[in-house]
Amino acid sequence: MFGGIDPALLISALMVASVPIILAAIGELVVERAGVLNLGVEGMMIMGAVCGFIVSVQSGSAVLGFVGGALGGAAMALIFGVLTQFLLANQVASGLALTLFGLGLSSLMGQSFVGIRPPATGAVPFGPLADIPFFGRVLFSHDWVVYLSIASVAATWWMLKATRTGLILRAVGESHDAAHALGYKVRRIRMLAILFGGAMAGLGGAYISMVRVPQWTDGITSGAGWIALAIVVFAAWRPWRALVGAYLFGGISVLQLNLQAAGARIPVEYLSMSPYLITILVLVIMSSGKGKAALNAPASLGQNFHASR
Amino acid sequence: MTRPELLRVEGVTKAYPGVVANSDVSFAISEGEIHALLGENGAGKSTLVKMIYGLVKPDSGRMTLRGAAYTPAEPRAARASGVAMVFQHFSLFEALNVAENVALGMENPPPMKELASRIRQVSADYGLPLDPNRMVGDLSAGERQRVEIVRCLLQDPKLLIMDEPTSVLTPQEVEILFRTLRQLSAEGTAILYISHKLEEIRTLCDEATILRRGKVVATCTPRDRSAREMAELMIGATLTPPERAGGTKGATALEVVDLSVASPIPFGTSLKNVSFRVAKGEVLGIAGVAGNGQDELLLALSGEVRAAQGAVKIDGAGVGHTGPNDRRALGLVAAPEERLGHAAAPDMSLVENALLSGALRKGLTTRGFIDWTATEAFAAGIVKDFDVRTPGTHVAARALSGGNLQKFVVGRELSQTPSVIVINQPTWGVDAAAAASIRQAILDRAAGGAAVVVISQDLDELLEIADTFAALNEGRLTQPRPVAGLTIDEIGLMMGGAHGMEVAHHGH
Amino acid sequence: MLRLEKRPSPSRFWQGATPVLAVVLTMIAGGLMFAALGKNPFEAIRTIFWDPLFNAQFASYSRPQLLVKAGPLILIAIGLSLGFRAGIWNIGAEGQYIMGALFGAGVGLAFYPADHWFIFPLMVVAGAFGGWIWAMIPAVLKTKFNTNEILVSLLMVYIAQNFLSSMSLGLLRNPEGGGFPGSRNLSQYPAASNPELIAGTGLHWGVIAAFMAVIAAYILLQRHILGFHIKLAGQAPRAARYAGVNPTGLVVLCMGISGALAGLAGLFEVSGPAGQISIDFNVGYGFTAIIVAFLGRLNPIGILLAGLLMALTYIGGELAQFMLGLPAAAIQAFQGMLLFFLLAVDLLSNYRIRFATKKEAL
Repeated sequence: MFGGIDPALLISALMVASVPIILAAIGELVVERAGVLNLGVEGMMIMGAVCGFIVSVQSGSAVLGFVGGALGGAAMALIFGVLTQFLLANQVASGLALTLFGLGLSSLMGQSFVGIRPPATGAVPFGPLADIPFFGRVLFSHDWVVYLSIASVAATWWMLKATRTGLILRAVGESHDAAHALGYKVRRIRMLAILFGGAMAGLGGAYISMVRVPQWTDGITSGAGWIALAIVVFAAWRPWRALVGAYLFGGISVLQLNLQAAGARIPVEYLSMSPYLITILVLVIMSSGKGKAALNAPASLGQNFHASR
Repeated sequence: MTRPELLRVEGVTKAYPGVVANSDVSFAISEGEIHALLGENGAGKSTLVKMIYGLVKPDSGRMTLRGAAYTPAEPRAARASGVAMVFQHFSLFEALNVAENVALGMENPPPMKELASRIRQVSADYGLPLDPNRMVGDLSAGERQRVEIVRCLLQDPKLLIMDEPTSVLTPQEVEILFRTLRQLSAEGTAILYISHKLEEIRTLCDEATILRRGKVVATCTPRDRSAREMAELMIGATLTPPERAGGTKGATALEVVDLSVASPIPFGTSLKNVSFRVAKGEVLGIAGVAGNGQDELLLALSGEVRAAQGAVKIDGAGVGHTGPNDRRALGLVAAPEERLGHAAAPDMSLVENALLSGALRKGLTTRGFIDWTATEAFAAGIVKDFDVRTPGTHVAARALSGGNLQKFVVGRELSQTPSVIVINQPTWGVDAAAAASIRQAILDRAAGGAAVVVISQDLDELLEIADTFAALNEGRLTQPRPVAGLTIDEIGLMMGGAHGMEVAHHGH
Repeated sequence: MLRLEKRPSPSRFWQGATPVLAVVLTMIAGGLMFAALGKNPFEAIRTIFWDPLFNAQFASYSRPQLLVKAGPLILIAIGLSLGFRAGIWNIGAEGQYIMGALFGAGVGLAFYPADHWFIFPLMVVAGAFGGWIWAMIPAVLKTKFNTNEILVSLLMVYIAQNFLSSMSLGLLRNPEGGGFPGSRNLSQYPAASNPELIAGTGLHWGVIAAFMAVIAAYILLQRHILGFHIKLAGQAPRAARYAGVNPTGLVVLCMGISGALAGLAGLFEVSGPAGQISIDFNVGYGFTAIIVAFLGRLNPIGILLAGLLMALTYIGGELAQFMLGLPAAAIQAFQGMLLFFLLAVDLLSNYRIRFATKKEAL
């Protein structure tokens, strides 16, 4: 089955393929740890994708493009935050609204950018390190966003585990009433988490339009946001497991693309539905087994907070 | 000996839309004094302490701490001024461990390792043993309270506020707590002690401020007053204890045999081999500290949690495997503890809430189609018979005060001519007059031949209305015993004594 | 500073007024968006909301389109609203719509070119079954394995889309279509077609089904204990269990109804207005129906009105695209905006806004 596929190439490709999912999933993981369920990841990603693309094309700078993508995602998250934290709107419905709106607005904004190539995001020059057999290809041949995505996993893990910020974040997600009684500003903390989640999703989206594809087409994220949401459940709200989940997913996407290219006997449509099928399968495995994952879920996930008295 | 004044509250007023929670409240506490704040539910005790702790700002009035103006903007500021608070509910995080919970309540916590050793030391000094690495969700109610107390003690408070601390403790644990509080008082820490339990205030407190409907009605020295005098000050009327008709017991109506179910609640307590029987006309009182399986027992009896067929029998028929409506059909009604969200849907009208559990026994539906006229009449009947104060039957359940909603919920169940009644915390958070009428209604049904199970954390209530008494302790039920002749020590031991704290010794 | 204060009982006035307010706010914000695109906002709003119905030049074409577009939206939204009321979030109606169309068209094409009276009724049953079975996957996974139905139902849309393209390129491809993707045209196969019943109205069997669904849902929610249990389960899940509602049964029921109705919508569309199975058969009705359900406040009568309004934005949007060169995506963004404003002003039915005179801790 692996016939003509070089394992080093495969691993290196899956690391790139999973970057958008890692970034978005880590962002959403932080949001959910703070007790907020933002189902608008897809909408934030696609806005990040279009904003990143436009900024990078206009400025000619890939770095500025990623900044623009993060800002685009955060702007969408701001709408979600105002709706759910200040106007106490239902989080599920608000997340869906974000996705529906994002899909429409991004296609509107991207209209005049179809068929243009964005500036390249080059590989980080590791010099001779990149020439090490196998490991050079796998570890030292990527662009900076790949390393950023891994660093963000490590930083989030450390933040949640060892810092006071992480402790407060978890406390707010566990019981907003108790956190409020101790004098923590529940709304402010959640708002910051939501903005962070939006910026990360925006970065992930920008990576799709600027590196993965790289051009603009409508609906370019094609469900990556939903898969990121599933990865968070798969990860049981733990950063390193989100990385594993994203690599697993990236591996399957790369493999099915390779199989398509290699002209496998299976029809293209069935190969391209496989990542979604596998995601569902993984969700089922994680969610069953007497709710092991459910036990790790932040206790106030999805509930709105309003200090009555 | 006169001690220097610590906190003075002068003319504090706080109004919410529709209610004046505190009106011109004044009192003072000296250093090392144990000061009681006494009042019924809704008298304004909680609002007052929330202002002292910086959670709520007064509309007018002033507070001084050691002579200087004291206006805490938030709890953080209050803690910095040496004011600490032990909450009755809602301030612990179940999925975090003890040390993390403590750290969250401190301004500048030391690194976790150091904090853990300080927790061990302080908790040992004050006779409140605690393991910093345990998950709070796995602790008993008494142990959770220790976490809160230790969290306060680590910050050397000058004033410690305790909100209804004994409602989650066994009599033996209360003893230990009082020893700790006296030790603190001797070291100069003032304690503001909120309660509506008169006897314990008389044993513990130096001074008492009595609140009624948001106003200070009296200040007294509790030791010099009788419990009855203080009760009348607190309630503003004389209460008559419920009447009991010496009913005759009939055949067994409800039998529970070796009932074991896993808890559906996260960090809940599973029931283990619970057995008892209740005869027609009998009231069985089930005591226990919060979180020892009360909620689970109600769920298993009402049918919301299923068990083996023979584990629950109504009039001899095994119903353990059936759901709530099958059991209602056989005459069993149940009223859960939590009114809003469990016994009633907050945003639905009283009419809809009457339908919620009354549809079957009151025949309010035909082939599934709802007879709204009959349902309205049923709701109006409950409102009238149980004196529910409401502008009408079309208001949402959440608009009613706790006491009125409780009267509605209990009334709804008792109006269904039940043969078996199961009630969890029938008068929790209800004012004394409403509580008395609810208890009377329960006793009337028992006198009429219904078998009654009352689960409650209020021992006085159980001793007042129950014929037989049992206690839940970590999901196990003790052998039921006749109430007549039980001593408070025996009851305490049935409830689990001091939950392994007997070994605790005081450091000083 | 503004302060929110919870109302003792939800305000009936605002429950009715919030959708209207949301529409007005969306028109203002949408007008600004159109202005930013360099169009005259007043002209754009008029072209979208007025011209399709009352402009002599376009109305004859546009008016029938109103029912054609509103039919599937209402049919799907009614199904979704039952689940949303019960706190069961089926957001994969788009996939169920596709599967309904595939199953229904598949049955019809299997009989080609036979002529029997039972072919179309059989297709209706198959369409409902296709949607139902697709919705049962997330429903059963939720009840058996506690899997999140939101994620699964949504991921199933992507699978259905791939399935659709596989079918229109493979099994269902028109053998006489010269190798082009897409099935035979069912509107040219009388035994399997869903024609316009009264010329010039746009009325077809799908619209009649939508009206029937509105009436049935109204009776269910107002008069039947099952409807009461659906509402109860959404508002207070523990109270529902106390009332004897079986949560598993409710998930299966609500997902099943919404899936079957979405499948029906797909079948009526493929056998009528669309005519054939093709790669781009689905146009997002399944997602827009979510907006319709919320805009109608999950109330059957409200959904009827909201469906008509949303259909108007589709037709008006096409008109504006044709007349003013307004991009098609602008209408999609406009619809998304409507949902935002709706969620934002919804607060007014449960809370009062007070202007605090002093600094007040919330």
